[in-house]
Amino acid sequence: MSALAAALRKDLLLQWRTRAQVVAVFAFGAAALLLFSFAVGPDAGVLREHAAGFLWLGLLLSSTLTLAESFHAEAEHRALEGLLLLPASARALYYAKALANTLALAALGAGLVPVMVVLYDAATPRVPALLGIILLGSAGLSAPGTLYAAMTSQARARQTLLPLLLFPLVVPVLLAAVKATALLIHGDPMEQLRSWTLLLVCFDVIHWSLCGLLFERVVED
Amino acid sequence: MKDDRLPYSLLGLGVALLLWGSYWGLFRAPAEAYMGDVQRIMYVHVPTAWNAMLALTFAFACALLSLLRGQAVWDARLEGALEVGVTLSALLCMQGAIWAKPTWGVWWDWDPRLTTTAVLVFAFGAILALRQFVDDPVKRATWAAVAVIIAYVDVPIVYFSVKWWNSLHQAQSTPETVSRAFHWPLRINAFGMLFLMSGLISLRARLALLRHEDETAPPLPEPALRTAGAARGAR
Amino acid sequence: MTENQGAWAVEASGLGRRYGRRWALAEVSLSVRRAARLLVTGRNGSGKSTLLRVLATAARADRGSARVAGYDIRAERTEVRRRIALLDHHSFLYEALSARENLKVAAGFLGPGAEARVPDLLGRVGLAGRADDPVSSFSAGMRKRLALARALLQPAEVYLLDEPYGELDPPGFRLLEAALDELTARGATVLLASHLLERGRERCDEAIVLEEGRLAWQGPAAELREPGAAP
Repeated sequence: MSALAAALRKDLLLQWRTRAQVVAVFAFGAAALLLFSFAVGPDAGVLREHAAGFLWLGLLLSSTLTLAESFHAEAEHRALEGLLLLPASARALYYAKALANTLALAALGAGLVPVMVVLYDAATPRVPALLGIILLGSAGLSAPGTLYAAMTSQARARQTLLPLLLFPLVVPVLLAAVKATALLIHGDPMEQLRSWTLLLVCFDVIHWSLCGLLFERVVED
Repeated sequence: MKDDRLPYSLLGLGVALLLWGSYWGLFRAPAEAYMGDVQRIMYVHVPTAWNAMLALTFAFACALLSLLRGQAVWDARLEGALEVGVTLSALLCMQGAIWAKPTWGVWWDWDPRLTTTAVLVFAFGAILALRQFVDDPVKRATWAAVAVIIAYVDVPIVYFSVKWWNSLHQAQSTPETVSRAFHWPLRINAFGMLFLMSGLISLRARLALLRHEDETAPPLPEPALRTAGAARGAR
Repeated sequence: MTENQGAWAVEASGLGRRYGRRWALAEVSLSVRRAARLLVTGRNGSGKSTLLRVLATAARADRGSARVAGYDIRAERTEVRRRIALLDHHSFLYEALSARENLKVAAGFLGPGAEARVPDLLGRVGLAGRADDPVSSFSAGMRKRLALARALLQPAEVYLLDEPYGELDPPGFRLLEAALDELTARGATVLLASHLLERGRERCDEAIVLEEGRLAWQGPAAELREPGAAP
């Protein structure tokens, strides 16, 4: 099988084996959403208005856990290095991991939607569109996130470094995803959803290409 | 040292030009018709903006060369350019706040360019932090270069997203283009800052290079060896 | 594709590798003939692991050069990797996966036919009974056996084994040595780092002694003495 298929099989298998952690991360995300309501106050109107922002902030914070965890297994006994020595293409390893992370984050995001609906009374009839935005946003977080997770898994102070490096970079993802989600919840009279979706797609294309190119330099000694 | 003459001259020239340009702009140039004296910050703000972008662009070039060529000097220059770029960007945000308060009544008004600059301060500042936590000089250089490339490519995306995000609320609100009478102090300050910046980056890069040479001293001479035939292969 | 067939499996010249200020390896030059067995020995921290890792392209060389299996470790890294197998201190294993799954993951990158060899290898290292248990439940010795199986999975010309005897029990020693015999019969070159001098001396043709990253002694394994004794 191709290197990408082999790597993807490995990453999905690892995720399946460590699925208990997914529950823990989901609990963290849901707790974050709850804390946001406490911070803002029980005004239903205000909560509903900012529901999109809370959802994506919750997902962003949870993503640091998921991304860091995705390289824990690789760094523990230097399994990633072992694969590179077989030899396995660093690029294939990157794309497989980034893809697996995207799926994990998208599943997390989709899981947090019901929490958002319940806590903030913020629902949308356009569910496929919402899932699409969640997928695109997850892909945007995952591309630089996977690269930096690989980097920081080898550095000191890794828990602080990953969000520090990642968060400024993914500001466009946050802005676009929040705006798009808000439009889906509150209505889109001026048909702006397309522009925000396009922004997400551009971000994803640029970063998936760039980070895939640079990954090898990050993981090789 | 003969080597230091150029950077120190640049520093001296830069400071002199900045003093001249600032004096002219602050005290001699006529006040702007609409905004009054507050607008004078533009004589510092615009040069800072140009030079911050220049520093970070130079950092990007150094990052590319560092990855492609692998020579330590490019990483040293990268370090200098990053520090100066981050400092200037932070100054830019402060200047923006100083201008915004009397003009709009708030310290921060989410102007797209300044907001992008704030994100840049965090993005490139994080790379400076990253450098502190990596001990191996080769890895440090490679990772910093990779991070700078990703952050720099991200800059236009951040700018456009913030611009669209804010477009519904208000138009551009930084001090904008000015009439001819104001050009000279602006240009003098811009060049002053450019020379100052170049001198600083050069000196900082030299310091980084010296530190690197210290870190990567070659192995000490061989002690006496005992061999049963020096270059014999396996049988 | 022309094979770079030469007489030498490993040719290293002036290899150096630095960690911080310390040169873990300094100006190491050696040549290893094909199908030979080289014992790499020395005290803890003398650079044995670093040498094997640099030759395997797992770690970069800060100085010097080397050709392994006919290819340059810097410029032709992928070609080198296709022809070597490294058994390192780090097991390269995934804790969450079973023994069989770990081998299958590696086999997935080794081309057709590799996956078919997995059951046989598991049997040879004595892990057939525990093949589907997660590695997290394995003892240190079992992990070593699995790591050995993983190294043997790769069809290599040069095997670099770092302390393969470590953590193994006497039956483990026997299966390791049976595997080594098979490798040599196949024409593969073996570099074996170990501080078990007796066993190493018996089983290897040549030996080198590293001291603080430098080559302190080089010669036939039979002439190797305990450290401190006169040559």
